[in-house]
Amino acid sequence: MTQPSETLLELSGVCKHFGGLAALSAVSLHIKRGEIYGLIGPNGAGKTTLFNVITGLYQLDEGTFSFDANSYACCKPHLLAQAGIARTFQNIRLFANMTALENVMVGRHVRTHSGIWGALTHNRATCAEERAIAGRAHELLRYVGIHRPSNTLAKNLSYGEQRRLEIARALATEPKLLALDEPVAGMNATETESLKALLQSIRNDGVTVLLIEHDVKLIMGLCDRVAVLDYGKKIAEGKPEDVRRDPAVIAAYLGGEA
Amino acid sequence: MKFNHQSKPMLAAFAAALLVLPFIIDSLLGHGWVRIADFALLYIMLALGLNIVVGYAGLLDLGYIAFFAVGAYTYALLGSPQFGLHWPIWAVLPLGALLACFFGVLLGAPTLRLRGDYLAIVTLGFGEIIRIFMNNLNAPVNITNGPQGISSIDPLSMGGFSFSKTHELFGVDFTAVHLHYYLFLGFTLLVIFVSLRLQHSRIGRAWMAIREDEVAANAMGINTRNIKLLAFAMGATFGGISGGLFAGFQGFVSPESFSLMESVMILCMVVLGGMGNIAGVVLGGVLLVILPEAFRHGAGPLQQALFGKIVVDPESLRMLMFGLALILVMLWRPAGLWPSTQRRRELMPDETVAQQEQDTVYDAAK
Ligand SMILES: Nc1ncnc2c1ncn2[C@@H]1O[C@H](COP(=O)(O)OP(=O)(O)OP(=O)(O)O)[C@@H](O)[C@H]1O
Ligand SMILES: [Mg+2]
Repeated sequence: MTQPSETLLELSGVCKHFGGLAALSAVSLHIKRGEIYGLIGPNGAGKTTLFNVITGLYQLDEGTFSFDANSYACCKPHLLAQAGIARTFQNIRLFANMTALENVMVGRHVRTHSGIWGALTHNRATCAEERAIAGRAHELLRYVGIHRPSNTLAKNLSYGEQRRLEIARALATEPKLLALDEPVAGMNATETESLKALLQSIRNDGVTVLLIEHDVKLIMGLCDRVAVLDYGKKIAEGKPEDVRRDPAVIAAYLGGEA
Repeated sequence: MKFNHQSKPMLAAFAAALLVLPFIIDSLLGHGWVRIADFALLYIMLALGLNIVVGYAGLLDLGYIAFFAVGAYTYALLGSPQFGLHWPIWAVLPLGALLACFFGVLLGAPTLRLRGDYLAIVTLGFGEIIRIFMNNLNAPVNITNGPQGISSIDPLSMGGFSFSKTHELFGVDFTAVHLHYYLFLGFTLLVIFVSLRLQHSRIGRAWMAIREDEVAANAMGINTRNIKLLAFAMGATFGGISGGLFAGFQGFVSPESFSLMESVMILCMVVLGGMGNIAGVVLGGVLLVILPEAFRHGAGPLQQALFGKIVVDPESLRMLMFGLALILVMLWRPAGLWPSTQRRRELMPDETVAQQEQDTVYDAAK
C-alpha cells in the first residue's frame, strides 16, 4: 500500500469569471492533511467563490484541483461530498423547518444506503442503520455543544447554535476536509472562544480544516498556515505571523484594520 | 412510529368506524352518498401521491392528473371491448402503476433542473399534452376512441369475485358501492402506510432536505436529481393505481375527466388539508369531495325555500364558494387545516426562543 500523500487538497491555476469579473484568477494552493488552513482577504476577494468551486457549486473556468489524489475539473457537489469535502455556508443554510436532529441525520445520507424497499419493509438492516444514524446524530449534537431538545426546529435555535448545527451536519458526512465559511461571524467573544476550542478538537480528531475568517485574532491563534486573497489573486501564503508582516497584505487587508 | 400503545383502543374503534361507515352513510344519506365516499377514497389516494411530490419534496406539479389518466387508460384499453382484451386486474393495475411511474420519470428527467414556477408550468403543459393525446388518438388508428372515451370497461373483480355485483354475507347485502368502498379503503390504507414509512426514512429526510434548501442538500451529499426523480416516480405510481381503480369503478373513461381543473383540485386537497401531513391531506381530500357534493344537493332546494326560485345556478355557486373557502383558509390557516406538527410549530414560534435569539444578536452587535 502506498502512503497517502501529505497534500489533501491542491489547486493549480484555478480561474473563475463572472462576466468580466475575475473572482478567482490563477489561484494555486495546497492544503496538507491535518492542518488548519486559513483563508483571508477583504470583502469580495473571492474566498466564498473558492469554496463554491471546491464543493462543486461553481464549475471552474480554468485550472484543476485535486482532492485526496483524485483530480476534479467539473464535478457534482454530491460527489465531492462523497469524496470527503464538507462545508458550512457564510449565510447559514440549514434545513430550517426540520429539527436539529434531522438536520444532522441528513448529513449521514451520503454514508448510508437504505432505499425505498428498506423503508417500506423495515428490514433488519434498515432498522439498524436508522438507529445508527440517529445515534451518531445525537453524539454530534452533543459534540458541537447543542444541548437543546433534539426536536427543536433548526430555525428556532439561537444564531450561535445554528452555526454549530451547520458544523455538526457537515461532520456527519465524515469529511476529510471541513470547509468553514466565516463560522464565528456575528458571535460574541465567549462564543468565539468556545468555537475555537471546538475547531481544535475537530482537527485533533484527524479532520483537516479550511477556514475563512475575518477575525484576525482567531486566524492568528488557530491556523497553521494562511493564504491571503485580494481581487481573486493569492497575494501571500505562509505562517500567520509571517503573513501578518507581509507588506502586500498590510496594504491590501490588515492595513485597513490594524 | 406514529401510533403508540395507549392509542391502540382508539385505533381499533377508528377501524371499526371505518368498516361500518358505508352502512351508516347509506341509511342516513342514501345510496348515492356511498358512491361519493368511494370517489373520496380515490381522491385521497391521488392527494397522498401528490403529497409526496409537493408536500415532501417541495416540487410544484400542476399536471399530476396525467398519471391518473395513464392508469385509467391502461386499465380501459386492456380490459374492455375496445381491443377485445380482458386482462385480469392483478395484471392491469400493476401495469398501469408501472406505466405511470415510467411517465413520471419521463417527465421528471428533463424538467427537474427547473425550479418553482418553471417546473409548475412545464408539468402543467405535460398534463395537458396527455389529455390532448387521449383526445386525438382516434385517427388515423383508433386507439382511445377520442373524445367519446372508452365505455363498457370490465368491472373490478378478483378471482371470480366481482365487486360490481351484490353479495350477501352474514345476512347483510353488500352492494357494488359497498364492496368498492372496502376495496378502495384497503388501497388507501396501503398508500397511507407507504407514505408514513417513506416519511420517516432516509429517503423521506432527503426529500424534505431538498424542499428546505436544495443547494445545501446537494452539498451535503444528496444526489438531488435522483432523489427528486424518485419522488416523481412514487407520486406517479400512486396516481396510476388510483386511475386504474377509477376506470374499473366508473366503467367509462374519457379525456374530460383529466382536465387541468382536476389537477388543481388535487393540489388544493394537499394545500388546504396541510402539506406534508398525511392526516391533513386525507382531511383535505374528504372535504373537497364531500362539500361540493353537499352544496350541489343543498343549494337548489335552499334557494327554492328562501326565494321561491333558483337565483344562482348551483353549479356556478359551487365554484364561487370553493374559491371563497380557499381564500379564507389561506388567510387564516396558511399552513392548511391540519398542518404537520413541524409546520404548526413554525406558525407559532416559541416566544422564549425568539427572545433569546434577539439577545444573541444584541450581544453580537455590542
Ligand atoms: N454567482 C455570482 N455571480 C456573479 N458574481 C459573483 C457571484 N458570486 C460571487 N460573485 C462576485 O465575485 C466576487 C467574489 O465574491 P466572494 O463571495 O467570493 O467574496 P468573499 O471573499 O467571500 O467576500 P466576503 O468576505 O464579503 O464574503 C465578488 O465581487 C462577487 O460579487
Ligand atoms: Mg464570502
